[in-house]
Amino acid sequence: MAAAMPLALLVLLLLGPGGWCLAEPPRDSLREELVITPLPSGDVAATFQFRTRWDSELQRKGDTDHYFLRYAVLPREVVCTENLTPWKKLLPCSSKAGLSVLLKADRLFHTSYHSQAVHIRPVCRNARCTSISWELRQTLSVVFDAFITGQGKKDWSLFRMFSRTLTEPCPLASESRVYVDITTYNQDNETLEVHPPPTTTYQDVILGARKTYAIYDLLDTAMINNSRNLNIQLKWKRPPENEAPPVPFLHAQRYVSGYGLQKGELSTLLYNTHPYRAFPVLLLDTVPWYLRLYVHTLTITSKGKENKPSYIHYQPAQDRLQPHLLEMLIQLPANSVTKVSIQFERALLKWTEYTPDPNHGFYVSPSVLSALVPSMVAAKPVDWEESPLFNSLFPVSDGSNYFVRLYTEPLLVNLPTPDFSMPYNVICLTCTVVAVCYGSFYNLLTRTFHIEEPRTGGLAKRLANLIRRARGVPPL
Amino acid sequence: MGLLSDPVRRRALARLVLRLNAPLCVLSYVAGIAWFLALVFPPLTQRTYMSENAMGSTMVEEQFAGGDRARAFARDFAAHRKKSGVLPVAWLERTMRSVGLEVYTQSFSRKLPFPDETHERYMVSGTNVYGILRAPRAASTESLVLTVPCGSDSTNSQAVGLLLALAAHFRGQIYWAKDIVFLVTEHDLLGTEAWLEAYHDVNVTGMQSSPLQGRAGAIQAAVALELSSDVVTSLDVAVEGLNGQLPNLDLLNLFQTFCQKGGLLCTLQGKLQPQDWTSLDGPLQGLQTLLLMVLRQASGRPHGSHGLFLRYRVEALTLRGINSFRQYKYDLVAVGKALEGMFRKLNHLLERLHQSFFLYLLPGLSRFVSIGLYMPAVGFLLLVLGLKALELWMQLHEAGMGLEEPRGAPGPSVPLPPSQGVGLASLVAPLLISQAMGLALYVLPVLGQHVATQHFPVAEAEAVVLTLLAIYAAGLALPHNTHRVISTQAPDRGWMALKLVALIYLALQLGCIALTNFSLGFLLATTMVPAAVLAKPHGPRTVYAALLVLTSPAATLLGSLFLWRELQEAPLSLAEGWQLFLAALAQGVLEHHTYGALLFPLLSLGLYPCWLLFWNVLFWK
Repeated sequence: MAAAMPLALLVLLLLGPGGWCLAEPPRDSLREELVITPLPSGDVAATFQFRTRWDSELQRKGDTDHYFLRYAVLPREVVCTENLTPWKKLLPCSSKAGLSVLLKADRLFHTSYHSQAVHIRPVCRNARCTSISWELRQTLSVVFDAFITGQGKKDWSLFRMFSRTLTEPCPLASESRVYVDITTYNQDNETLEVHPPPTTTYQDVILGARKTYAIYDLLDTAMINNSRNLNIQLKWKRPPENEAPPVPFLHAQRYVSGYGLQKGELSTLLYNTHPYRAFPVLLLDTVPWYLRLYVHTLTITSKGKENKPSYIHYQPAQDRLQPHLLEMLIQLPANSVTKVSIQFERALLKWTEYTPDPNHGFYVSPSVLSALVPSMVAAKPVDWEESPLFNSLFPVSDGSNYFVRLYTEPLLVNLPTPDFSMPYNVICLTCTVVAVCYGSFYNLLTRTFHIEEPRTGGLAKRLANLIRRARGVPPL
Repeated sequence: MGLLSDPVRRRALARLVLRLNAPLCVLSYVAGIAWFLALVFPPLTQRTYMSENAMGSTMVEEQFAGGDRARAFARDFAAHRKKSGVLPVAWLERTMRSVGLEVYTQSFSRKLPFPDETHERYMVSGTNVYGILRAPRAASTESLVLTVPCGSDSTNSQAVGLLLALAAHFRGQIYWAKDIVFLVTEHDLLGTEAWLEAYHDVNVTGMQSSPLQGRAGAIQAAVALELSSDVVTSLDVAVEGLNGQLPNLDLLNLFQTFCQKGGLLCTLQGKLQPQDWTSLDGPLQGLQTLLLMVLRQASGRPHGSHGLFLRYRVEALTLRGINSFRQYKYDLVAVGKALEGMFRKLNHLLERLHQSFFLYLLPGLSRFVSIGLYMPAVGFLLLVLGLKALELWMQLHEAGMGLEEPRGAPGPSVPLPPSQGVGLASLVAPLLISQAMGLALYVLPVLGQHVATQHFPVAEAEAVVLTLLAIYAAGLALPHNTHRVISTQAPDRGWMALKLVALIYLALQLGCIALTNFSLGFLLATTMVPAAVLAKPHGPRTVYAALLVLTSPAATLLGSLFLWRELQEAPLSLAEGWQLFLAALAQGVLEHHTYGALLFPLLSLGLYPCWLLFWNVLFWK
C-alpha cells in the first residue's frame, strides 16, 4: 500500500489545475491512454485515461465568479462495481474494444489501490475563446499488489493484471496508446525488460523526475497483426529488493489525538524531506460544525519552533449550516516536520441528527495540501556535475518545481453518543421516576413540622393583632 | 406521603427505625453477602450471547496454515534476542518488511519513580516495532491491533513467531476492510503504554517517546497474545484492565465462539468452565472463578497489555497460551486459526463494539452476570451505612429535644430547636487532620525516598514501602492529638456527629467506587461496613479496635492476597504472604505512576482518611 502514495501524486498532477487549452482541439474525438508504471516495491500501477470532446451550444458567460465558488467533499465513499459500471458506460466503445476491454471488475477490485474520477470542463475552441467544446476526461488508477494479486511474483503482464489482452483499437479513437515506464532506477544497466520490444520511446520530466516510456500504439496495424493480440510483459532483470520505497518530498499525515468523548485535537503532520529547499504549502481544512474548534489553540511548529503562517483565512462554522473553513499558507523549512494542531470539543447532537450507525463515528474530510514541490531533477547533485557549467549559471526555472495537490486521510471521530437501545429508554424512565420521588421524599425528610393552631379569627382579628403589636400589647 | 408529613406517624416511624436498627442492619448486610453468593446460580447468571449482528451470523473459514513458518520465525527471533540481549529491532523490521508490512519503530524511555524490584528495572529505554497492513482500497480510517508484549527475558518468542506468520498470511488476503497493526513492544506494558500514548499523541504518565511515523486511524479492537511454547494445552483469556475496566462482552463472546469452533480448551482465570450448572458443583466452581475475577478487577491492575488499551476505548483482551501437563496439546496452527477467525469477524464490524455489556461479572466463560443483577449486592451493604447514619441523625435530634422526654407522651409537643452544641466546627479538625494524613501517605513515600535511603540502610523501593507503612501506622496515633484540638461540651454528641459525617463520607465513596469498579466497591464494603457501623467509644473497645484494624484498607489488601492464592490452589505461608504484600504495595504505587492506576490515590486520599475518622470515633474521650 506504500506504493499508493507516489501514484496518488501522479494522478493528482494529471487531474491538477487545467488551464484553458488554447490550441484548436479536434472535435468529437476520443483519446485513450494506459500508463503502466512498475514500482520499485514490485507492485505495478496502471492508469487509464479517456478523453472525449464534443461541441456544445451551451455558452460560458464571462469568467468564473469566485464569489460563487463552492467546495464540497464527501469523506466516505467505498468504491465498488456500482461505481465502475456506469463509469464504463460513458466510454464510446463501452468495454467492447480498445483499452477498455481491460476494465474487468473482478480484477480491478482485486487491487490494493483504486482511484476513479470523472472530470468535465469547457475548453476553448480557438485562441480568442469565442466558442467552446466540452471535455470529458475519465481516469482510473489501480495498483496491483505483488503480495495479493501477484501471489508473490513480481513479473507482470497485461494478462496477469487484467486477465485480458489487447486485440483491437476502438474504432472511434483517434489515439490509443499504452505507455510503459522503463526508467532505469540505478546508474548501471537497465533493470526492467519489456516484451514485445517497443518501437518508440518517449522521454519527459514527470513529477520532477526524468522518465522514459516505451510506447505501444494500438492504431499501428503492425502491432496487433503480428500476434493477433498484444500482451505486454514486464520482467525484472534483477528482482527488486525489499527495501523501503523512496520517500516523496512532500507528504502528510493527519490524525485525531486525545481520548475520551469531550475534547480532542486535530493534528496534521507535513513532511518536507527535501535536503535543502524550503517551500510554501497551502493547507485547506474543512471541519464539520459538530467539532467545535478552539481557534486560539491553533499551533504550527516546525523543528521545535513556532511557524507563523503568512496567510490565514478562517470562516467559523454555523451550527447545522456550514462547516469551519481554515486556509493557511505555511512555509515548510527544508528537511523538517511541521505539525499543525488545533483543539476541538465534541458537540452533543440532537438525537435525530445521529446517523443510523452513530457508534461508527463521524467522518471528517481530509485536509487538502497544494504546493509547488521542488523537482527531483533539480535536487540531484549529479546533474550539476555532469551538465555543462552554464547550467548552474542560468538555472532552468522551468522544471525546478512542479505542482502537487495532496489529500490526507479522512478521520473518524467518535461523538458522545447516547445508547439508542431499550436499556437507554429504561434508564431515562427510571431516572425520571426516581427524580420525582426523590424530590418529594427529600422535601418531606428535611422539613421540620410545627403544629399550628387552627386559625380562628378572620381579617378583623389579624388587623387587631397588628394594632396591638404596634401598641406593644400581647396579641389576642 | 402522609406517613412522613404527619408528625405523629413520623415520630412512630422514627422510633421504629431506632428500635429495629440493629436487626435491620444485620439483615441488610447478610442480604448483601447472600445476594452476591447467589449470583452464581442460574436465575441470576445467564448464558452469554452474541449481540453484535456484524459478528454473529456471518461465517468465516479459517485458512491459516503457517505453523512451521511461525515456529521458524520464533526460533530466529529467540536466537537473535539471545545474541543481542534486547529486542532484535533490525531483524524484526527486516522480517516484517519481507512479509509485506509497512514498518515503523518507536523508541521510548522512562525513569520510574523508584526501582521496580519485581521486574528489575529503573531507567527503562526500549524500542517498539510495529508493522501496518494497509487494507486494500480503504482510506486507513479504522484499524485492528494484534500486539505481543515482550518482557526482559526471552519468553513470548512463540507469540512473536505466530504474529509474523499471521501477518504473512493476512497480507495475502484481499478482504481486509480495516488496517491491521502488528505491534511488538519491549518492556511489556511500559512499551505498550508508550506506543498507545504516542499513537493518541497524549502524555499521561510522563513517558518520553519519539513520535509515531505511521498511523492507521481509529483503533477498533485489539488482541494481545502471550505464548511461550510451541504447543499449548489451553488458552487463558484475561479481560480485567486498568482500573477495573472491562472490554465489551461481545469480544469475549467472539473468543469463546472460536474456542468452541476450533475445539480449543479455553479457561478463564485459569479455571475450566463448569459443565453442569443445575447441580451444586457447577455454581460452586463458578463462585471460585467469580471471586478470582472480583479480586483481579478490584486490584485495578492491567492484567496483560490489553488493559492499557481500554482507556482509549479500544476493546481489547489478552490470550495466554498455557502449557501444562494435560494430555491434549494444540499447536500454533490451532491458536493461529482462532486468531484469524477473530480478526476476520472484527473486520466485519460496522460500528465500534457497543451492543453488549461493558459492566459484567463472569462466573465462567459462557456465563455472565449483568450489572442490573449484581448491583443490589453492594446496594444492600451500603444500606447498612445509610440506616446507621439515619439512626445517628435521629439520635442527635432527639438528644437536642431531650432524650429523656417521656416516650409515649401523647399529643403534639412543641419541639425545642436543636441545640447549638453540634456545630460542624468541631468536626473540621479531625477531618482536616485525617485528610492531611492521607495526603502525606500519597505524597511522602515517593518524595522522601532519597531522604530515607540516606538515613537508613535500605534501597529506594524498600524505603518507599516502609515509609508507606510507617505513615499508615502513624495515622493510628492521631486521635490522641485531635482531642485537645476539639473542645466540646457534650462528648456524646461530638463523636456521634463525627461518626455521622464519616458514615456518609464512606457511603458516598463506596457508592462511587462501586459504580465504576464494582469489585473494588463490593470488596471494600464487605470489609469496612461492619467495623464502621460498630465503632463507638463505649463498650468493648479493644474488640472494636481489633476489628477496625483488621478491616482497614491495608489489611483488606493482605487478606485479599491470601484469598487469591487460596482460590488459585496455591496457598501462601505467612512469611510469603508478607513478602507478597510488600511487593504489592510497591507495585500499587508504581502502577499509579507508570500507567495511571487509580487504586493507590483512591485508598490513600479517600478511604484511608475516612477509615481514620472511625478510628477517631473509637478513641473519642
